[in-house]
Amino acid sequence: MAGRTRAIGMRLAQTVPVILGVIVISFVLTRALPGDPAVYFAGAMADEQSIQQVREALGLDKPLVTQFFLYVGDLAQGDLGRSISTGQPVLTDLAARLPASLELTLSALVLSCVIAIPLGVLAAVRQGSWVDHLCRVLVTAGVSLPTFFTGILLVYIFYYLLGWAPSPLGRLDFIYFEPPRVTGFYLIDSLIAGDLETFAATLRQLALPTITLALFTLAPIARMTRAAMLQALSADYIRTARAAGLSRGKVLFGYGLRNALLPVVTTLGMVFSFVLGANVLVEKVFAWPGIGSYAVEALVASDYAAVQGFVLAMAFLFVTLNLIIDLSYALIDPRIGFDTK
Amino acid sequence: MTEATEIPGRKPDGALAHLLHVLRENPVTMLSFGMFAFFLLQALFGALLVPHDPLATNAAMALQPPNWSHWFGTDSLGRDVFSRVVVATRLDLTISVLAVAISFVIGSVLGAVAGYWGGWIDAGLNRVLDTIMAFPLFVLAMGIVAALGNTIENIIYATALINIPFYARLVRAEVNIRREAGFALAARLSGNSHFRTLAFHIFPNALPPMMVQVSLNMGWAILNAAGLSFIGLGVRPPTPEWGIMVAEGANYIISGHWWVALFPGLWLMLAVFTFNLMGDGLRDIVDPRRRT
Repeated sequence: MAGRTRAIGMRLAQTVPVILGVIVISFVLTRALPGDPAVYFAGAMADEQSIQQVREALGLDKPLVTQFFLYVGDLAQGDLGRSISTGQPVLTDLAARLPASLELTLSALVLSCVIAIPLGVLAAVRQGSWVDHLCRVLVTAGVSLPTFFTGILLVYIFYYLLGWAPSPLGRLDFIYFEPPRVTGFYLIDSLIAGDLETFAATLRQLALPTITLALFTLAPIARMTRAAMLQALSADYIRTARAAGLSRGKVLFGYGLRNALLPVVTTLGMVFSFVLGANVLVEKVFAWPGIGSYAVEALVASDYAAVQGFVLAMAFLFVTLNLIIDLSYALIDPRIGFDTK
Repeated sequence: MTEATEIPGRKPDGALAHLLHVLRENPVTMLSFGMFAFFLLQALFGALLVPHDPLATNAAMALQPPNWSHWFGTDSLGRDVFSRVVVATRLDLTISVLAVAISFVIGSVLGAVAGYWGGWIDAGLNRVLDTIMAFPLFVLAMGIVAALGNTIENIIYATALINIPFYARLVRAEVNIRREAGFALAARLSGNSHFRTLAFHIFPNALPPMMVQVSLNMGWAILNAAGLSFIGLGVRPPTPEWGIMVAEGANYIISGHWWVALFPGLWLMLAVFTFNLMGDGLRDIVDPRRRT
């Protein structure tokens, strides 16, 4: 147990340099601006005097090292600057929009895991059968699909041609009221409020963007499940379990899948990197009011603080997710913490 | 150089026969090479062959569905979608080829140095790569383009930077395992400098897996560049480019004008698909054991 605690401590310690690096890169990006950051932060209508004021307020007249510490100090207080287009502090904007993005991302991940893991298992168990070939085609096609294009295609088919989906504009049709905000996830909030009609409306609105994102994440998860399952099934303990006369289901799921899931959980980290990027594109297609479309709007408006805040927030989110994945991995796998790594 | 025999073309007898064998065995790989040639031809000669000027607008012909004179229809300004899709190939491929080339070179140098000398260079490089990988990569590319300025060159640099870790890690691993190999020591003992040993004796062994990485990466680089221009970064209208054409078409899909977005999206998808298939095929040629 002591070994495991140490392993977890080591893993936590590893995040520190990464977070420092993220802050340094983000600082460099802020200062790498062509032209004068003060002009950007002051806004489009600023005159010479107010630009000078902003420059002093931001500490841009000080040496770079001092600026860096000022920047870190601001970050520690949660100050990411103020967005020009909304007039709100960037952190407030991001916090208000984050649940929308998370709801979309998480439901997409759940959906793709629900499809990809059984598909990968079937492909591994029936190697060379039609399921295996289907898996192979899906995997190669899945990584080739530009998410924004799949999204548009789905809108055309399910909204324009079939009329099954509601118009691809935001999280909820305008005839419904937002559920009272508790978690910010409409699905959960509407259930808490006991409003099944809004719940169903949310689900309908969520369906297409979720499928779009899930199609994209399906491929790496299915591929990894198949490979890990093949490896697990060829292991000695599976042969032993079969020889001992255990039932087929027990061998496949109790021994094979449980061991195969570990590498799959690790790939989820990489999948998150793609998903958070693809999220931006999908949000733009479906006018989804999350942090991705916030960043796109900010980019168009040259709203600098907002873009930087978004990049930093995404990096922190991603580092945290990877940390959670690794820690849960350490909890699932009893071997971790005993071998020195 | 003892291990480098699997590079196709270097020893034509063995490698070429193997290549032909794999191509015969795997028609999908053959298809991908064919499709690659198709895209290459479009990139090289597309601008000369297309029936219409990709920039010529014609308000009278706006939003025409596909017909005999406009195979892929026309967009909201009456421009020929087919001509634009074909002409866009050159720009999209150029962006991704340049980006991949830059990350190949920088990644190789960094990875080879770190793998050969190790020590603090290795540790330092690993920290930097970890930091780059700590960002969701597309988001980092967005940040870079926003910071450096909204131009095509910056899209190339951003795409190159986010790909460097993959190459650097690969080369580092390949160089590291051969650092003490017999042929490397022999090369050193016969008087080669460290640089010569590394560059001409150890590094070439990393090339076959690198080629696979390049092919898989090309697809991803195209997707990345098109994604950036889809959200309005880099390429500006009216320049024909697949990502921006899909973005323009997206506004018309809700009213049923499917062809404006479908064809550039389809071409983009096919291009990415080609490179991914080719990467899988190359992997079979280079390393038949790693086939999944």
